[in-house]
Amino acid sequence: MGVGFTTLFGKEVLRFWKVSFQTLLAPLISTLLYLVVFSQVLGQRVSVYPGVSYAAFLVPGLVMMAMLQNAFANSSSSLVQSKVSGSLVFVLLAPLSVIEFFSAYVLAAMLRGLLVGFVVLVTAGFFFPPQIHSLLWILVFCFLATGLSGALGVLAGVWAEKFDQMAAWQNFLILPLTFLSGAFYSLHSLPPLWHFISRFNPFFYAIDGFRYGFIGASDVSPWESLLIVGSTCLALSWATLALLRSGWRVRP
Amino acid sequence: MFSQERSLPAVEIRAVQKSYGALQALRGVDLTIEQGEFFALLGPNGAGKTTLISILAGLARADAGTLKVMGHEVVQDYRAARRALGVVPQELVFDPFFSVRETLRIQSGYFGLRHNDDWIDEILENLHLTDKAEVNMRTLSGGMKRRVLIGQALVHRPPVIVLDEPTAGVDVELRQTLWKFIRQLNGAGHTILLTTHYLEEAEALCQRVAVLHKGQLVACERISELLLGRQAATLEEAFMGLIRDVET
Repeated sequence: MGVGFTTLFGKEVLRFWKVSFQTLLAPLISTLLYLVVFSQVLGQRVSVYPGVSYAAFLVPGLVMMAMLQNAFANSSSSLVQSKVSGSLVFVLLAPLSVIEFFSAYVLAAMLRGLLVGFVVLVTAGFFFPPQIHSLLWILVFCFLATGLSGALGVLAGVWAEKFDQMAAWQNFLILPLTFLSGAFYSLHSLPPLWHFISRFNPFFYAIDGFRYGFIGASDVSPWESLLIVGSTCLALSWATLALLRSGWRVRP
Repeated sequence: MFSQERSLPAVEIRAVQKSYGALQALRGVDLTIEQGEFFALLGPNGAGKTTLISILAGLARADAGTLKVMGHEVVQDYRAARRALGVVPQELVFDPFFSVRETLRIQSGYFGLRHNDDWIDEILENLHLTDKAEVNMRTLSGGMKRRVLIGQALVHRPPVIVLDEPTAGVDVELRQTLWKFIRQLNGAGHTILLTTHYLEEAEALCQRVAVLHKGQLVACERISELLLGRQAATLEEAFMGLIRDVET
């Protein structure tokens, strides 16, 4: 990894930093609104795990949901914007390897996801001070989940050639995956069919494992979540790298 | 300027083929451009000029054949090939997030050059962009954006510069500024590959010319020989006659 890689990474960071009102502040507001509404409406009525308040359950789920959505949004929107505007040509003309190209986009996406997560967590902490069961699990799932989502964003950005194609990814894949991921509820409260379907959602494992780091309780073992999130991240990265190497939709 | 590799052709294209579905965009093109040449690649719309340049620059892949820039094969040895090549794209593309200076610094960084401000300042001056250096790309006029595109192609001081219709839709002043700078670069040893529909520009600037028609090279010779062979007074006359002959 050389200067070309660090430049592309830096450019991607600068890109979202220059519009931080939209990329960092807007997700903070929307996530806090979820937190206020759900914790007020359900806080007194719902207890997911014994001895754990609904707010303590909800905050990690919302933080992870915001990280997943924003990591995906960063890499996918940057790629599709530069494809539509034609400015991707400047990156493609450069002597960058496929791994440098992929890593720069994914790492910038991870950074945005992590920044959004940190800001949401700190702000929510003023109202609902979080408990920390295991910092290591929290960090592991932070990095793996944003990596997974960033890689998925690169895949979507490589595939999409128009904004409406990207909107389809957002509306028909990312939104359902993040909302049906146990951010607001425990999997055990679902009917058997939805419980079964949710077990195929990697975002569920990202949220469940991340939440375990805070409250020390989870729907499935954090090791199982680690295995599934980690292997999904690796598989997605491998598939995206293979597509990039083939030149598919990027170097036709 | 690039004496260590003086014996190599600047661009070497062998039996290149490319299809997009049923359309054969390139049908076995062979072309060699020597170092230091000011070379024009001409052809009607859809002849395959931009496809050939895209493959040379690594923006598209050939179905068959090989392409080398300064002796570096564009797929196997892509890093060296791309370092040797600067491309000014035909479309007015830009990244709306950055200023002119940021754009040039980023492009420079992509090519591994971190502290390149002296050369960037020189490019800005030569392209009359110094007073626009800190201005966002979005606010520039079309002509100014075209100048930045040229600057981006030059930030890594490539020995081979490809200009894909660089004067399409630009005013007389910019044309003169641009050609003065490009002539200066050619004089310093840079090889220039130009595609243009302004044949009088090609005639005034270039030594040799190649003509593509429906994906095939139908001429490749010195402009003086082409004019003599076709008994034409101008390149435009020779070009029109050639295309007419090929089509009949």
